[in-house]
This record gives sequence, C-alpha cells and structure tokens, in this order.
Amino acid sequence: MRAPTDLRRRIVLTIAGFGALTAAVCLVAPLVGSTSISLPRAFDRTIPFADNVDAQVFFVARLPRVLAALLVGGSFAVAGVVFQAFLRNPLASPDTLGVSTGATLGAVIVITFHIDTAVLGVSAVPVASFAGSAGALGVVYLLSIARRRGTSSTVLLLAGVALSAFLGAVSRLVQVIGDYTDVFRSMRWMMGSLDVGSYTDIAIPLLPMTIALAAIATLPRVLDLVSLGDPAAEARGVDVRRAERIALVSASLLTGSAVSLGGPIPFVGIIVPHLVRLLVGADHRVVLPAAALFGGSFLVVCDLVARTAFGPAGMPVGAVTALIGGPFFLWLLFRRFR
Amino acid sequence: MMRRAALATLSVLVAASVLLNAEAHRIVSIIPATTEMLFAMGAGDRVVAVGSYDRFPPEVDKLPRVGALLDPNVERILALKPDLLILYGTQNDLRTQMERAGVPYYPYVHRGLPDITETIRSLGARVGVAGAANALAARIERQLADIRARVAKSARPKTLLVFGREPGTLRSIDASGGVGFLHDMLEAAGGADALADAKQQSVTMSTELVLARAPDVIIELRYARGDATAPADLKAWDGLPSVPAVRNRRVYMLQGEEFVVPGPRVAAATERLARTLHPEVYSR
Repeated sequence: MRAPTDLRRRIVLTIAGFGALTAAVCLVAPLVGSTSISLPRAFDRTIPFADNVDAQVFFVARLPRVLAALLVGGSFAVAGVVFQAFLRNPLASPDTLGVSTGATLGAVIVITFHIDTAVLGVSAVPVASFAGSAGALGVVYLLSIARRRGTSSTVLLLAGVALSAFLGAVSRLVQVIGDYTDVFRSMRWMMGSLDVGSYTDIAIPLLPMTIALAAIATLPRVLDLVSLGDPAAEARGVDVRRAERIALVSASLLTGSAVSLGGPIPFVGIIVPHLVRLLVGADHRVVLPAAALFGGSFLVVCDLVARTAFGPAGMPVGAVTALIGGPFFLWLLFRRFR
Repeated sequence: MMRRAALATLSVLVAASVLLNAEAHRIVSIIPATTEMLFAMGAGDRVVAVGSYDRFPPEVDKLPRVGALLDPNVERILALKPDLLILYGTQNDLRTQMERAGVPYYPYVHRGLPDITETIRSLGARVGVAGAANALAARIERQLADIRARVAKSARPKTLLVFGREPGTLRSIDASGGVGFLHDMLEAAGGADALADAKQQSVTMSTELVLARAPDVIIELRYARGDATAPADLKAWDGLPSVPAVRNRRVYMLQGEEFVVPGPRVAAATERLARTLHPEVYSR
C-alpha cells in the first residue's frame, strides 16, 4: 500500500486535468496558422493529396510541428525535474551537465564542414547532434561513477558547468573556421525549430525518448527522498548512487533526443518544473506526469505564437520561449529571495 | 576666435591633402565584393592584403589575409602600411583605430543592385582609376539592361529564391526577401519575387509559408566552397506536391559564389537566373 487512496486520486486528477489541457491545445494548434485553411477540404479524401493545399498545410506543415513541440517540450520538462531533484538545485536544467551543448557542437561541426548531406532521407544534422549529446552523456556517466567515491552533488554541478563551457568554446572555435554563411546557419539551428515537415524526423527520436521515460517512471519515490538529502534517502534503504546513475543517464538521453529533434530550445526545462511544482506540490509521482504534459502543451503554445504572431515569416521558437520564460524566471527568483 | 580660424584652416588643409593624395597604391580590402571590383577595374596589382572570405579572382589566394567583418586584425593591417583600407561602414571601432593611426579608409555599404555600379565608380575615383572603373560600371549596367530588355515581354513567374536549407529535408529554409541585391537580381532576370512584400533581406520560411505562397519556380542557390550537394537533394521539395514549382518540375539548383557577392560578376549571375527562368527566350 505505497500510494494511499487520496494520493492515487490526486495522481488521477492531475493527469486528467493536464491531459485535458494537452488534448485541447493539440486539437486547437493545428487549426491555427499564418494561412487560413478549410478543414472540410483538408479532410476531403475525394481530392488527391497532391492537389489539396489545405490537406498539405494541415498534415505536412502543422501536425508534425505540433507533435514535435509536444515531444520536445515534455522531454525538456521531465529532464528538468529530474536534474533539479538530483542536483538539489533549482537552477539546474537539461543543459546543466552539458548534454545540449554537446548536441550543439555535433550540429555545428556537421554544418560548418558541409558533411550534412542527407543519409537515407534523414538529415545528418539531427544525427550528429544526437551523437554530440551522447559524447557529453558519456562524461556525465563517468562523473556519476566518480560520485560513488563521495563526490558531492555541488561538484557534479560544477563539473557540468565546466564541461558545458568547454564544449561551447569548441563550438565557437569551429564556427570561426567556417564561412560566414555557415555561422549564420549554425546560429539559426541554435535558436531551435520545430518545423520538421516529416513524420520520420519525429519517429526516430521517439525510441530513445520512450526508453528514457520508462526508466524515469520507476524513480518518483526515489526523487522525493533524494530531494530531502542523501542520508534521508539512504536511511529508507534507497541505493542512491544506482538511482542517480539511472536518473542522470535517462534525463540526458531524453535531453539529447529532444535537442536533436528541435534544437536547444531554452527555458522549458527550467521554468516548467517550477511552474508545475507551484501548481501541484512537490510529490514527484504527481510532478513527473504533470511536467511531461504541461511542458508539451507549453511548447505547443509557444510554437503557435512563434509561427503566427510575428507576420508570415514567424520567429524562432527558441526566442519565444525565452521571451515568455525570461521574465517569469526573474519573477521566480525575486519572489524566492525577497 | 583665432583658434577657431586656425582649426578651420587646418581642416581645409587636411581635406585638400586627402583630395591631392586621392591615388592609392597599397590597398587592403577586407570585403569580397570590393576586392573583386578592384581586380575587375585593373587595380588588382595595388591590393596588398584581403579579407578572410575573399576567394575571387584566384590571384587573391596568394595575398595575406587580415580578418573580416567581425575579426579584423588591426596589427597586421597596420604592419602592411596601407594607404587605403576598404572596410565595412559598420566597423566603427576599426574606423576609429585607422583614424588614430592616420590610415585613410573607404567605408563600404552593402545595399541593392544599383549600388554596386555606384560603388565601382566611387571606389575607382578614390583609388585613381576612374576611367577604367566608369567603363566597368557602364558595361555592367548595359549587360543588366540587355537582360531586362530580353525578358521584358515574357510572363514573370512567381519565384522563390532559396539560399539555405538543411539538406535532405525542408527544415530551416532561408529565402531572399523583398529587399537587397538578390531580390533586385531576381526582378531584373524577369521573375516576380514570391516574398516581395517581406521588407527584409532574408526570411526563414516555414513549410506552411511555402505552401501559402505557392511559387511557380523555386531556385536554390549554393555558393559555399566545397559544397557537394547533389542536385538529387531537390527531391526534398516533393513533400509539398501542391506547390506549382514542384508539380511542374520547375525546382532548380544553381551553384556559384557570384550569387552572394554583390560585385562585378552580378550581371553574369543575373543572366544565369534569367536563363533558368526564361529558357524560351534564351534558346531562340
């Protein structure tokens, strides 16, 4: 009887509430865009798809974009919750340990050296960025092993900051070698984009995301105990080091997959965990599913703003999350230290 | 009062000496477009150093490189003792440093198509080869006028000029907007810019915007050195079959650095666009 009935009710209610929000956002988002389309025409099977502009706008331009936003936003938010709990730091984010900087380095290398020709219909940019994040993840894993010998979580955090700064410096070095047009393209990639235009791009990162989410789903009780401090968790018989390894590696895998799909979109991984905790409390059995759903719908809404509110050309989604996320985060900090 | 008069006299003297010394013999040009202009007007032997991104004509490969827009190497520039530095009008720090060091400079501003020949004329006058520069500018203007006349009677297809995209997909499509020399070249070549209403040089397009604009022709420009993108990469556009350009097989790829350097090769580049847009006129 680990979960008492009222907690179970809270979990069900939270998932139902946030699930309804997510469903509503996902239903409305593909209907809105910079062009107006006729829905009956979009779903009219009698018109050949090749001639049906409305169907192409709906199924090629909008729906994959909404699905990508949902996956990327949910992944960043869950990874943020895990990192904040294990590093016991409210400023921790999916990038704290350098995973998304590693992904950026992979993408920048491929763009600068023009090795970005498509392989089997898949662009090399997401593949390389995933490889870059895997490299950083390897270092994270080694760090988590070093933790067994008594390294504190502050040291882990600092090591992450150093790794992140190092990988960022290498990225800039590579950019200096490149042509100015390559620099422009790398900058654009770094602002994030969810306009994937095909379902293959979404299907590929879905596998590592599912594995990582399944691993994290076994952890909420541990996350609660770890948030109180390692001795408290160990007193309850938790193998903290083992749980931490699983958590850090899965959250990094989640981050790497999300970055390879949408680019290093900032702030979702920092704000959404805090927002969700404000709304549903600190119990991770409630926080984790709520963060996944809320993070997804938050990014769907941000992307909706990005593609409609700034004229037909739109705006990079990474700029919009920061526009909304920046002031919120400042407010959060002021409130905390008032 | 006396001091004021002295200052005024001094500035007149400085202006006069600048005019008298108008000829330049040791030129550093850190801008690909102006480097090409200098060589095309016959002043290539006066160029002693170029910028990091200068590639044409092949002679520049032998010259020392002194940085570019973001990273000009002031030390190396001064060490070369130039009597003229051609820099970007926005490089304010570099201008101040050159003023302090007493090195004359020519500020370049990158704008539309008519500004290219205007720059050639004023640069030629500044360097001391006005005759050759005026002839070059007149020749380019004549070539452009010929192209305009040739395509004048043809229908103007709605054209999307793409200068960047993630290979293999339709992600991060960067296209030319309604201002700048690419837009001017497209209009001169007899195309109607599909993004003419966007008052910016480049527009990052969503797939939705491509569908909404429904261009008749899509031209992709590839210009990076070592770009090995195969024309088969154009298949990515098949994902948007309702776009007239895709349906009518009018998606093209043109390779060449002249499309991104607003210099003397602009007429040749415009003609390549015109041949692509209006094969019927050029096959006659």
